[in-house]
Amino acid sequence: MELRICHLYPDLLNLYGDRGNVTTLARRAQWRGIAVRVIEARLDDPVDPDASDLFFIGGGEDRQQRLAAPDLCGVKGPALREAAQAGAAVLAVCGGYQLLGHYYRPAGGPDLIGLGLLDLHTVHPGPGSRRIIGNIVVKETGAGRILVGFENHGGRTYLGPKARPIGTAIVGSGNNGADRKEGAVWKSVYGTYLHGPLLPKNPWLADELTAAALRRRYGDIVLEPLPDLEEHRAATAAAIRAGARGLAWPGARAQAPERPA
Amino acid sequence: MRDAAAIAAARLAASLSRLTRMGGGTTLPGRIATVISPGLVAGLSSRLARGVVLISGTNGKTTTARSLAGILEAAGLAVVHNRAGANLLSGIATALARGATLRGRMRGEVGLFEVDEATLPAAVEATRPCVVVLLNLFRDQLDRYGEIDLIAERWRRALAALPSESTLVYNADDPMVADLCRDHAGPVRAFGLEEAPHGEGRALEHAADARYCYRCGRPYEYTLVTLGHMGHYRCPGCGAARATPQVCAREVRLRGADGSSATLVADGSAIPVSTVLPGLYNVYDVTAAAAAALALGIAPATVASGIAATAPAFGRGERVDLGGCEALMLLAKNPAGFNEVLRTVLLAEASPVVLIAINDLIADGRDISWLWDVDFEMLRDSARAVVVTGLRAEDMALRLKYAGLSAERVSVEHEGDTALDRARRLLREGERLYILPTYTAMLHLRATLTRRGAVRGFWKE
Ligand SMILES: [Zn+2]
Repeated sequence: MELRICHLYPDLLNLYGDRGNVTTLARRAQWRGIAVRVIEARLDDPVDPDASDLFFIGGGEDRQQRLAAPDLCGVKGPALREAAQAGAAVLAVCGGYQLLGHYYRPAGGPDLIGLGLLDLHTVHPGPGSRRIIGNIVVKETGAGRILVGFENHGGRTYLGPKARPIGTAIVGSGNNGADRKEGAVWKSVYGTYLHGPLLPKNPWLADELTAAALRRRYGDIVLEPLPDLEEHRAATAAAIRAGARGLAWPGARAQAPERPA
Repeated sequence: MRDAAAIAAARLAASLSRLTRMGGGTTLPGRIATVISPGLVAGLSSRLARGVVLISGTNGKTTTARSLAGILEAAGLAVVHNRAGANLLSGIATALARGATLRGRMRGEVGLFEVDEATLPAAVEATRPCVVVLLNLFRDQLDRYGEIDLIAERWRRALAALPSESTLVYNADDPMVADLCRDHAGPVRAFGLEEAPHGEGRALEHAADARYCYRCGRPYEYTLVTLGHMGHYRCPGCGAARATPQVCAREVRLRGADGSSATLVADGSAIPVSTVLPGLYNVYDVTAAAAAALALGIAPATVASGIAATAPAFGRGERVDLGGCEALMLLAKNPAGFNEVLRTVLLAEASPVVLIAINDLIADGRDISWLWDVDFEMLRDSARAVVVTGLRAEDMALRLKYAGLSAERVSVEHEGDTALDRARRLLREGERLYILPTYTAMLHLRATLTRRGAVRGFWKE
């Protein structure tokens, strides 16, 4: 079995430790004895829709997004749409999340046309507006699993009827700071403002993406559970630092300090 | 009159904070003084006979300022300096008020201020500097500043406001900084490294920020990578390239924890310099300090003796006695800096014991995502043990797990005291402990060490 990952724009959209997500997917597969192949697709590199089953796209500043947007829609767009339609997993964070929508309207300059893979659009409310910055804790819609992370975005994202949010922000703002919803999902395409290393502290999402990616090539498979002690301890500590109380992860007692050590 | 009241109030506030040990008293006095007299910084700055030098950049401000202070003092100049690293306008005001008599006469000849990256435009406006030193721009505390391009924009504004007779000293190896400095109409003195150990053919690390040309968007090509995105670059699209700097470091030698040396070539003369400051970063810092000193007309021999006499600033290569063994404290606050600190540690010791302290307070950056941009994989086959502490110790431990360190080599201790004790116990005879803290974690560990009598309080610096 092989997990085939395609890392899009690894040297362009890689703000805030985004590559930690690819590291996490790869390591967790290796711990389970699953081989891993990571292809990097940079500007001008074409994408083969059948060669990879999990696509990752990170965040960037306005300048980098402006460089990536035409390439994403033009060079890589048709292949990515085809792969996603066929069930490939996609994870897009922050700037990459915005580019998966229909468009991003920045504070200055023309609109950036997005891939339209997720039914959403993003508007920056203007140069004087408050940036949404801080720890965030999200409760998943349905199963109620928790995501912890950090958000840092100027743009406000609004979902259309064909995308559903990942969950609701218990702490922090999420998509637009108004409806407390965070992220967007369509098929196995996930977009979120939880930027940077989202997957290390949220291994359930890493495994969900991995399972979806493997399903495309190998049918339904059950991933062997991993101990995840350090993962759960870090998630607990992060939730406490964010100010969320009473959340419990298996094996991780609340041992994190609330004051400087 | 108003200035006299402001200076007196600042003095009083400084003595009170020293008496009550409320901290260094490095920002509050200046804040009070500028409320009483808003023009105080401009007024006092203009009375410094040799003018003001401002130093800014993501990494190395404190060490560069300290090295330059060492050179200026070796030249017999009295320096007004925000030595404790309070680098907002309030810190500059505090230093100026402390350096002034009640009648507003300055007791120093030259002002030397390190300046927070975001404060540079305001500091240029208030002090009308004769020399501005721009070190580098890296990703750092994006939660506070937003985006690195926003800082670049502020710097562009600051440079546009710079008097045209002012000298701009800048890092030729940083494409982002060099691009900003291209348009300065007045005198410039670029500095850079002509070589770096293992730098040739090295790939850009993950932490590299400025990979794409600021003029045309094509990726730069490098013949030499020094640190992060710095090195000898050229854009294959528009031809924008590193220009040969006026002050070049050659024969760069790193001696692990024991310091470094280089030969600085400037104005046709070669200045051999040697410093106890470890790591390639500090080679950049002393080269920048030398370039600024030369711009101020200091003689090359004095530059060399001043650099040799400079001791590390607190927490930045500082040596600490842990009772029978030594600890080396190396501040590590962003990916490019952390990678260089790791390389310095591994150059000094093949299988080190390391104490990593990660906080997420405002001065550290509340977002600790950057830990995943640091190449901790360097420790995988080398570190004998890593003790992690700080408010985000669990995040650090998790990062080490994914870097491939086995759980038995990593321990989490929340209290600074117990973390130090555990690390101390792991040391073998004659070994040194390497302490790698973020900014507030460094202050906290230093306070613990001060209580134990291992270091001096920073307000006594
Ligand atoms: Zn170019």
